[in-house]
Amino acid sequence: MLYFDRVSKIYSDESRALDGVSFSIEPKEFVSIVGHSGAGKTTLLKMILAEDRPTEGDVFFESTNIHALPRRAMNTYRQRIGTVFQDFRLLPNKTAFENIAFAMEAAGRTDTEIESDVPYVLDLVDLGSKMDNFPHELSGGERQRVAIARAIVNQPDVIIADEPTGNLDPLSTYEIVQILKKINDLGTTILLTTHNKGVIDSLKKRVITMDRGRVIRDDEEGKYVL
Amino acid sequence: MFWVTGKRIIKTGLLNFWRNGFVSLSSVWVMTTTLLVIAGLLFMIALLGVTLDQIRDRVDINVYFLPEALDEDIEALRRSIESLPEVAHVDFITRDEALENFRERHANDEITLQALDELGDNPLGAVINIRAKETSQYEGIANFLESDQVLGSDGSPIIDDVNYQQNKVAIDRLTNIIDSTEAVGFAISLVFVVMSVLITFNTIRLAIYVSREEISVMRLVGASNYYVRSPFVVTGILYGLISGILTLVLLYPISYWLGPKSENFFTGLNLFTYYTENFGQIFFIILGSGVLLGAVSSYMAVHRYLKV
Repeated sequence: MLYFDRVSKIYSDESRALDGVSFSIEPKEFVSIVGHSGAGKTTLLKMILAEDRPTEGDVFFESTNIHALPRRAMNTYRQRIGTVFQDFRLLPNKTAFENIAFAMEAAGRTDTEIESDVPYVLDLVDLGSKMDNFPHELSGGERQRVAIARAIVNQPDVIIADEPTGNLDPLSTYEIVQILKKINDLGTTILLTTHNKGVIDSLKKRVITMDRGRVIRDDEEGKYVL
Repeated sequence: MFWVTGKRIIKTGLLNFWRNGFVSLSSVWVMTTTLLVIAGLLFMIALLGVTLDQIRDRVDINVYFLPEALDEDIEALRRSIESLPEVAHVDFITRDEALENFRERHANDEITLQALDELGDNPLGAVINIRAKETSQYEGIANFLESDQVLGSDGSPIIDDVNYQQNKVAIDRLTNIIDSTEAVGFAISLVFVVMSVLITFNTIRLAIYVSREEISVMRLVGASNYYVRSPFVVTGILYGLISGILTLVLLYPISYWLGPKSENFFTGLNLFTYYTENFGQIFFIILGSGVLLGAVSSYMAVHRYLKV
């Protein structure tokens, strides 16, 4: 469903963030991308979100070139992708409930749907009791769970998680990974980047290893090898 | 859906105003200062206008007739002056009235009055006082009066004196002062307005700069530009409304305090009276400027961060 066709991103001659990257991801896959800092993982994810454009090559989502999408179609496309960031990126002036409701409002959902779906996803990430708390009143793990709830509330086809456990303690890390696995079991494609060897080794899923902008390994049931 | 979206946008705008209390407070404060500058400008224009009008009103030409000029000739001349397009107003003072005025002016001057009584006859001629619509038009009127056409029916002169030449220098200078005061006043107004608009614009831009991360997150969860931007515009409009009302409230004691001072210092325009009498107009100008400033600044400030 996601296909990278010889994608390069060149910031300047000396820095090639991506260098001829090609791979494809099937529906319902759980793919981890590993690599050192600066290997190009985040740039790769930015290409999928169309937060940045490739210098060469194309990225396809179900045979649509996403960088050729007009603005309006771009919004609809982004609503089909749920995103989780290392730094959570919650809206600081909105409560947990409102943060998730915002993603639904953006997708044009009705008030009735919002009233029923938001508590449901918050329960799913075990935060039903913290609905009315603002992000600064939550712990790191709780914030990341709110971010995951926001990412899944519109029932996206893909979830992109960019180092979601980077700022979390081992227990929270474990919880987040369990939630992601559960979401994957329910049929959502997941694309995860991480530095955490333990997470990768326990997942036993496909692993793409990157180095200096290139894909150097792509293993089914891979391990963290670097 | 349209109504639901509208309702959500307004609600978000109001909530953002409330939750970003400190930022909102600073923005409202700066905008209130700006609106007070605009109000000050309105007052200044009013004061300047009234003052200039009164100065203009004081400029005139007097035509002094010879005592022996016939009433019909004077009357004929008065009519032809009145028919000139440049003339705004003509006052006619008969010989008897002129004498009366003279006596009144010198009521305490026994010697002058005695000398007048000695004469027996009225030595004063009739006077016509002319006011032009514009100070620059006096020259033309004076030229007309000094031309040869102005003679009595028997061909003898009837005008003793036209006081234009004596007043000419003063009138010319006044005309210049009035013209340049208007030009300078306009330029200063423009500079003030531009400055206040820039200050407000930058304040709101800073307030929104704080939210730039949020704006990109909203874009990344798939919100349309319209849906991201509109709440900020609502907040901006709210800044304008609150600042406008605050300004109007503050103007009440300010103009009350300045009223008597302005009445003494300038030409009898009491700012407080002016404020209360023109409240409707000032209300719309102040509130309108506030709302427009808030909405446009917010719209433009968000625009920068929407390019994700």
